[in-house]
Amino acid sequence: MDLNFNDDELAFRDEVQAFLDNDVPAALTDKVRSGRHLSKADHEQWHALLHKKGWLANHWPEAHGGPGWTAVQKFIFEHECALAYTPRTVPFGVNMLGPVLIKYGSEAQKQHWLPRILDGSDWWCQGYSEPGAGSDLAGLKTTAIKDPSGEFYVVNGQKTWTTLGHHANMIFCLVRTDREAKKQEGISFLLIDMATPGIEVRPIVTLDGEHEVNEVFFTDVKVPVANLVGTENKGWTCAKFLLTYERTNIAGVGFSVAALARVKDVASKVTSHGRPLLHDPLFAARLARVEIALENMKTTNLRVIAAVAGGGAPGVESSMLKILGTEIRQELTSLLRRALGPAALPFPTDVLHAADDDAPVAGGGLPEARFAAASYFNNRKLSIFGGSNEIQKNIIAKTMLDC
Amino acid sequence: MDFQHSDDRRMLADALDRWVGHTCTFDARLAAQASEAGHQRAWLAQLGELGALGALFTEAQGGLAGAGFDIAVVFEALGKGNVNEPVLTSAVLAGGALAAAGAFEASHAHQALLSAIQAGETVATLAHFEAGGHHDTAHVQASARREGEGWRLQGHKAVVPFGAQAQWLLVSARTAPAEAPKREHGISLFVVPADAAGVQRSDYPTIDGQRAADIHLDVALPAHALLGTEHKAWPLIDEAIARGLLALCAESLGAMQTARDATIAYLQTRQQFGVPLARFQALQHRVVDMAIAIEQTRSAVINAAAAFGNHQAEPDQATRIARDMALSAAKVTVGQSGTRVAEETIQLHGGIGMTWELPVAHVAKRLVMIDHQLGDEDHHLARYIRLSTGVPLAA
Repeated sequence: MDLNFNDDELAFRDEVQAFLDNDVPAALTDKVRSGRHLSKADHEQWHALLHKKGWLANHWPEAHGGPGWTAVQKFIFEHECALAYTPRTVPFGVNMLGPVLIKYGSEAQKQHWLPRILDGSDWWCQGYSEPGAGSDLAGLKTTAIKDPSGEFYVVNGQKTWTTLGHHANMIFCLVRTDREAKKQEGISFLLIDMATPGIEVRPIVTLDGEHEVNEVFFTDVKVPVANLVGTENKGWTCAKFLLTYERTNIAGVGFSVAALARVKDVASKVTSHGRPLLHDPLFAARLARVEIALENMKTTNLRVIAAVAGGGAPGVESSMLKILGTEIRQELTSLLRRALGPAALPFPTDVLHAADDDAPVAGGGLPEARFAAASYFNNRKLSIFGGSNEIQKNIIAKTMLDC
Repeated sequence: MDFQHSDDRRMLADALDRWVGHTCTFDARLAAQASEAGHQRAWLAQLGELGALGALFTEAQGGLAGAGFDIAVVFEALGKGNVNEPVLTSAVLAGGALAAAGAFEASHAHQALLSAIQAGETVATLAHFEAGGHHDTAHVQASARREGEGWRLQGHKAVVPFGAQAQWLLVSARTAPAEAPKREHGISLFVVPADAAGVQRSDYPTIDGQRAADIHLDVALPAHALLGTEHKAWPLIDEAIARGLLALCAESLGAMQTARDATIAYLQTRQQFGVPLARFQALQHRVVDMAIAIEQTRSAVINAAAAFGNHQAEPDQATRIARDMALSAAKVTVGQSGTRVAEETIQLHGGIGMTWELPVAHVAKRLVMIDHQLGDEDHHLARYIRLSTGVPLAA
């Protein structure tokens, strides 16, 4: 029993920290730290920095350009990035599609698409959810019917919750290629160019006023059959692989560690009844409870990573970590909002979209007051996306109860 | 990183599981509790033979292992088996205080007592807590003063674990008034033979299948009854409680797993509306919540055992604070999760969960009552906050 990283892992952590200190512009991390909106260019800059370093595709095998990291190294990297307030890597191309292509794609598909993911030629988005297929993903209705020439699929239907789809030039989609087959059968995995005639992207503005997700409509969209990944009607295999693909960061421990430090910092500056809020017994109790839960989850997460490194496959553990991780992160966004009191009410959308944060803070609060409530509302999504927490519980129950 | 236990620890855990399965069965435990003695005296010696008691002490202390993970492994197994023998109070609390006082030295007045405790040949208990103190560990009103060559100790101790079954009592008493703010100062520990004149014990069962006693003391003691240094017993008591907290948390972890497994088995078997209860989503999600709480508890116990260390060196202040924070974090986790698992176990079993004849109902009782020993969830949350911020909580 040993809870510590070994010397190699500690040296790797130093290397990651040096990269984050020296190679990542402060303007970029300042934006994340101050809760401001990230532009397409900001995301692209982060990807380019990682690609230059050879660290972008850290989930890929070395043969395809991955750095050959262990599960522990991936954890350390993601943890340190969160502590340094880097942008998140946009996962759709590099973390989702990449591994699917490597496993199920043809040689031609790999050679064409993988380098374009790495160098940023393509921005991918994910066409999974539909208005009638959320948690029940296999209920999707978007169809892809081969035209008489056999050269194209003709796609009709609607995808939704398409994150950053307005930046994307490509979308990977689950489509129904056999309407007669049982639910999970008859689904195929298709790559679609967003510039194809018949595609329309409409923004969905979320409750925090942000445009992050979209609806994507398909009307008689012609897709070359060469863009089918894997076997026709066997796309559900790709979909499941993508959903269960090694998710070392599903617990988001680094985000919570950073968020906890921020709550403590704010609570030590905010005074209530003549003393720092940090020393208010009721607030301190809430904070201590989530800190203890986080300390426990850190070890739970490392236990799962150690099991993966030892050849085990995370099954229900991934689902447990998703639930725990999102509950803790949500509680921390809630505590930050509460810590700011009435100062959390102002909603300065102009400042959140500004290039700098020089403007005075409305309401006279701390700078965190600008985004604490918006961030709290935005992060309600955590327990909904990626398989809602209730779906995760169904998955765990199926294994544990054999039901 | 390595989250596997060593072979020695795994073998010990397996041996304890087998012993519970063969000897310390549910029926045997109920019979022991119903007997006049209130427990099965022979079992402690058997645990000694298995090495489970020696594993709680370092080699330098006369034991076999003694690291935090050794204590955790032993008590997780005892918790799984719902073993209600005086291991905690005799070997961990009394034995821990004696070991901390250096009683393993051959020349020490109480060396023979510590050895007998480690072998399971004698039962000792820590008589520290008093009525009216709630979970305050420094609430000591019993007093001792010098009398002739020795001491006169007077006072009352309440809910002393196995107080009437123990042959030896380690009794805390004030030898100097408490000095604010260090109320821990001025406490001394005395080794008292349970059959000494002036020791009155009233024995009763506890709700979780163990025994306890209220003890009235007005007793003359020889000089060597004083354990350690006069007025300065706090480090001994603190060490004993630290060991006890780790042991209780690991015991709870073991008991939670038994409760979870029994509940799952019941849901898979019991049919209502023509299907097993396991088919109902409202019940499935509650089992999942239990399971997640148990995984978090396992992590809390690992953190606490790691922070407890291996007694190879006297911990510095920072190490001690880290240890106490991890112990309190684990006790908070156990207080919250243990109670929840117990309540859910009873609820998910329905009516049968309310019955004496259901083994897991007794596990559930122990799970809840662990929160009543050595400081409850609120006590440890407050201690955690004090250690973390350096400022005591005040409303």
